[in-house]
Amino acid sequence: MTDIYLDNNATTRVDPAVVDVMIPYFLEQYGNPSSIHKFADGVARGLKHARQQVQALIGCEHDSEIIFTSCGTESNSTAILSAIKAQPNKKEIITTTVEHPAILSLCDYLEKEGYTIHRMPVDKAGRLNLNAYKSLLSDQVAIASVMWANNETGTIFPVAEMAAMANAAGVMFHTDAVQAVGKIPMLLQDTKIDMLSLSGHKLHAPKGIGVLYLRRGTRYRPLLRGGHQERGRRAGTENSASIVGLGKACELALEYIEYENTKVKAMRDRLERGITEQIPHCFVTGDLNNRLPNTTDIAFEYIEGESILMLLNKAGIAASSGSACTSGSLEPSHVMRAMDIPYTAAHGTIRFSFSRYNSMAEVDKVLKVMPGIVATLRKLSPYWDGNGPVVDPEKAFAPAYA
Amino acid sequence: MWDYSDKVKEHFFNPKNAGAVVDANATGEVGSISCGDALRLTLKVDDDSEIILEAGFQTFGCGSAIASSSVLTEIIKGMTLDEALKVTNQDIADQLEGLPPEKMHCSVMGREALQAAIANYRGEEWKDDHEEGALICKCFAIDAVMIEEMVWANKLRTVEDVTNFTKAGGGCAACHEDIEAILEKVLTEKGEKFDPNAAPIEQPAKVTAIKTPLTNLQRIKKIEQVLESLRPSLMADGGDVELVEVIGNTAYVNMTGACNGCQMAAMTIAGIQQRLMEVMGEFIKVVPATEMSKLVSIEAVS
Ligand SMILES: Cc1ncc(COP(=O)(O)O)c(C=O)c1O
Ligand code: FES
Repeated sequence: MTDIYLDNNATTRVDPAVVDVMIPYFLEQYGNPSSIHKFADGVARGLKHARQQVQALIGCEHDSEIIFTSCGTESNSTAILSAIKAQPNKKEIITTTVEHPAILSLCDYLEKEGYTIHRMPVDKAGRLNLNAYKSLLSDQVAIASVMWANNETGTIFPVAEMAAMANAAGVMFHTDAVQAVGKIPMLLQDTKIDMLSLSGHKLHAPKGIGVLYLRRGTRYRPLLRGGHQERGRRAGTENSASIVGLGKACELALEYIEYENTKVKAMRDRLERGITEQIPHCFVTGDLNNRLPNTTDIAFEYIEGESILMLLNKAGIAASSGSACTSGSLEPSHVMRAMDIPYTAAHGTIRFSFSRYNSMAEVDKVLKVMPGIVATLRKLSPYWDGNGPVVDPEKAFAPAYA
Repeated sequence: MWDYSDKVKEHFFNPKNAGAVVDANATGEVGSISCGDALRLTLKVDDDSEIILEAGFQTFGCGSAIASSSVLTEIIKGMTLDEALKVTNQDIADQLEGLPPEKMHCSVMGREALQAAIANYRGEEWKDDHEEGALICKCFAIDAVMIEEMVWANKLRTVEDVTNFTKAGGGCAACHEDIEAILEKVLTEKGEKFDPNAAPIEQPAKVTAIKTPLTNLQRIKKIEQVLESLRPSLMADGGDVELVEVIGNTAYVNMTGACNGCQMAAMTIAGIQQRLMEVMGEFIKVVPATEMSKLVSIEAVS
């Protein structure tokens, strides 16, 4: 059996149909879309078509609300920096403690520049408190930026409701929907969301292409100034092949959105149930009733995530972990910390994220090897004794910390 | 994922001496705050000879933490306690054929567990003597605590100062923003202001570039001076440098102690070379003395 890829929240395989539509833009229609000759003839049309395909997936009113960027990170930076440049008198930003670093690092940086950042906490299930959110909204706030779905746990935030609340308070609203687009249905025209980021490589388009959705009428300042591309809102010669590829990927995502929420979800559920039934002392993190259909994040107590990944990798299974060691950072994932997951569990979290390319047979293979992997590592753990954790683990093993 | 050596993988997939030693008479328990890893080392020590008869580990941690623990138990079995105390974290890393800079702390944890276990056997109290912070400079594996301490102790004011004293920032330069943040923090605490354009602090060997060409004797003296000024930061890592010969513009040096053969040796040599050129205002090439024999033998045949 070939290797099993369950790391689709990190990035995805490019759909072969996407590759097919891209090739001509490298070899034949490679002209600059601004040029007037036959090498560029079809490019502008290709870009327009792609814009409409993206529009259809996210359900926005106009295709001119789609700005192509180089990635999700650029879309996020553009959105936040635009909001503060356009409203220089507003010095506060609202966000959450569990955002992607693409938002959090930027906010840390802006904090040093004198902005006040409100990072909303989450509860143990990763949920926000909307009353607290409401009390933060004021005319001092330049923008509220809240992710649609969390990349680690898949937890979905009520962004439509939060956008409406922001709108009522006169506050601009942005959502990092990089993990949500293509996995759950959305209809932006019925919401008050002003800006939204998405990234191609999370939905079977290539890496290095993204979109910033910008609601018509939202005050805006470009990040990259230069040529007239994207109506001057994002200068730089268009990445035509990737844009056309992203268009196709969006079309396919729309076609498969029901499959994602039935078949893909069934695979996820089976894996999750199988693991939690077979393996003692593990639990699923996040808001179980409000999650992406493709994601499960499971904390295995008393062992560490990177070692689990290495053994999974040896068995031909790819997943990822929120442990500190896999990222080279100091702490276990900020998302686990924000949910107050105890530290002996936070280091042992494994995220399995599915796509339409996975199968039930793969789920069964993972279920076969997982108990052995966990048992092997627990045998090495100072917190484990024979068949269960040592009595009162935190006391029985209390190392001197350096 | 990390680029682990085959040795790390070997010890991770087939760890040696896993589990607690049954009738152990020495136990060391340490953890590394920097990544949440923790290790319990148990030893059975022969009371008469103080030879370590058996060693076992239990580790909560990543691949390299488990591999470091495993290789540590292999290294120390059969050693006397005094011999074991001489094992450095670099020895552990070397046995593993190197660790990524982000993972060097796993080998440090191994050495500390060993010290703690020996202290436990001898009825002493083990005190950890070093604190670990966020990894700032990946090129030279230097953490925030080390940089902060150096900034305090030596009144450093600029990124260049920090590079001169700790090596941090002397490679790809990606960490300069973080080093500036540390400078800003410490200087504010001291009631000073961080000025990125401040002149580097005076260093003993810092001389203004010399216009007239140096005589060979002057050159050797200058090189000696510069090496002297770099010595404290090398010694902080358990290493040292020794000037062996100067031929024309080439300085042959011996790297000793932890610097010898360490992954950073090449980097360190490059750093020394850069520093020499800055101070002396002329091109200087720094070459390990081991290269000299090759040179001589080539000359001999030709
Ligand atoms: C929630 C979220 N936001 C932003 C990003 C960054 O997207 P990109 O890699 O396209 O910059 C990611 C992907 O890692 C993500 O999961
Ligand atoms: S990370 Fe510090 S010089 Fe490269």
